[in-house]
Amino acid sequence: MRSAWIIAKKELKSYLYSPIAYILTAFFLLVSGFFFYNILAWANEQTMRMMQQGYPAEYVNINQMLFQPFFSNMVVVLMFLLPLLTMRLFADEKKMRTEELLLTSPVRLSAIILGKYLAALIIYGGILLLTATLAVFVFLNGNPELAPLLTAYLGLFLLGAVFIAIGLFASALTENQVIAAAISFSVILLIWVLSWIGESGPGAWRPILSYLSFFSHFKNMVSGVIDTQDLVYFLSFAFLGLYLTRAVFEFRKWR
Amino acid sequence: MIQVERLTKKFADTLAVDDISFAVEKGKIWGFLGPNGAGKTTTMRILTGFLPPNEGRALINGIDVGENPRAIQRRVGYLPEVVPVYGELTVREYLRFVAELNGLERKKIAAAIDRAVEKTCLQPVFGRLTRNISRGFRQRLGIAQAIIHEPEVLILDEPTIGLDPAQIIEIREMIRNFRESATVILSSHILAEITQVCDGAVIIKEGRLKATLTREEWGKNLEIVAGAPVADGVCDALRSAFPAVSEARADGLSLKLEFLEPPADFNPILSWLVGRDVKIREIKAGLEALYMKAILAEEGRVS
Repeated sequence: MRSAWIIAKKELKSYLYSPIAYILTAFFLLVSGFFFYNILAWANEQTMRMMQQGYPAEYVNINQMLFQPFFSNMVVVLMFLLPLLTMRLFADEKKMRTEELLLTSPVRLSAIILGKYLAALIIYGGILLLTATLAVFVFLNGNPELAPLLTAYLGLFLLGAVFIAIGLFASALTENQVIAAAISFSVILLIWVLSWIGESGPGAWRPILSYLSFFSHFKNMVSGVIDTQDLVYFLSFAFLGLYLTRAVFEFRKWR
Repeated sequence: MIQVERLTKKFADTLAVDDISFAVEKGKIWGFLGPNGAGKTTTMRILTGFLPPNEGRALINGIDVGENPRAIQRRVGYLPEVVPVYGELTVREYLRFVAELNGLERKKIAAAIDRAVEKTCLQPVFGRLTRNISRGFRQRLGIAQAIIHEPEVLILDEPTIGLDPAQIIEIREMIRNFRESATVILSSHILAEITQVCDGAVIIKEGRLKATLTREEWGKNLEIVAGAPVADGVCDALRSAFPAVSEARADGLSLKLEFLEPPADFNPILSWLVGRDVKIREIKAGLEALYMKAILAEEGRVS
């Protein structure tokens, strides 16, 4: 564990010394701010209309009207953003030939993979935390429920953790960062749209495809429901990504 | 102590290393010599545990690299062909990272960095970003990262490549000093480098071992290139004047000598030759002749 932390520390330094983390953060905050503003305006309008038509106040739920659509939009941004965050992790080591230093050091391969994963998770966690300023704004001006909001954030974090694991795997496949980003983006998108096929595909496959897609699991969490089935899904998916990353290295040794 | 036994490595259809065996005693410096693409780097990568061999094994201080790579990696310092630096880190940060990678205790890291920096004279660039330092400093940094954990075995892949002559001399001096503390293997295609620094050399070509030579063997050989054809009879006269010379052959401009024992110096012979009016233009140490013989032998190009 100590050696994974050594790798993570170095990786965090590399992120913070290069412009990429800052640019991605700024981009993410800008786009989510834009979404937030639009959805807020829409929610405002809806609320006014409901009041005019005489709905009781309990029907107006800020969590449902503002945060759920907001987080669902954020996922789309994450699909683009996280592949850009993870693309350099191994591809750059290969290109700069620093991989040899890591792989001939006494540090275990799994610690190297875990360390890099941890660093990307920390950066991602930091970015998510910054978006919480928007939630703080809502708390100052309204009265949302905290618990479903936290559940939704947990869901976002877990979903991102899966995206990062996929990105790490893609980065181990190539020394070209652009190819790594393209691979991870395609894989993430494909798994996301499995649920579409699930809805219209052959009957027997429907439940399997829906289960495999990120969509249904994320939908549960963003609406405030914590189900162990979803947690198991996200954690095992992230683990699979890390495991496959390891397999790439084992395979390359013998090629 | 490094032992390599019947090592073989295949990549797809090519045999990068083909049945190579040799041994290097503790505290000696050995050279890997061969044309580009001979399999030097691949052999070194097997020794450091970066690549597994298809057949055979490599032992370092009695430990099998394939069986216990992490124990080996703690004892081995490795300078790869391309110095593995992270451009965004400073020299200080980079060396600290490598020290931590090698599992040095926190308390000992500062002292280890100081020692490595002093041995490789990196003080002038200590605070600079590694991407901004010159080629020579970068190579020294590569050596510094290899020795930071005081390894028992040092493996240096072309340590002087791309350096200017003054820097080459400095690095050679540095490597010679490692003899006190470590067993060293270095690769090169510069014969003079091996002659000056190494106690022995392994000559590889196309993945195959062509010859194993010791300093003693090449010390017995001397080739003198003259400015004018060597006169008849010089060889016979030389043999009778110096009983230590077992063989002397004149071949056009060149005069090839072989000694029974490697002499301390060639001064008496050279002054004798000067006295005989042989116009000495170039003196080649023995390794060159032996290398050409080993490399060209099968092509039938050597007399």
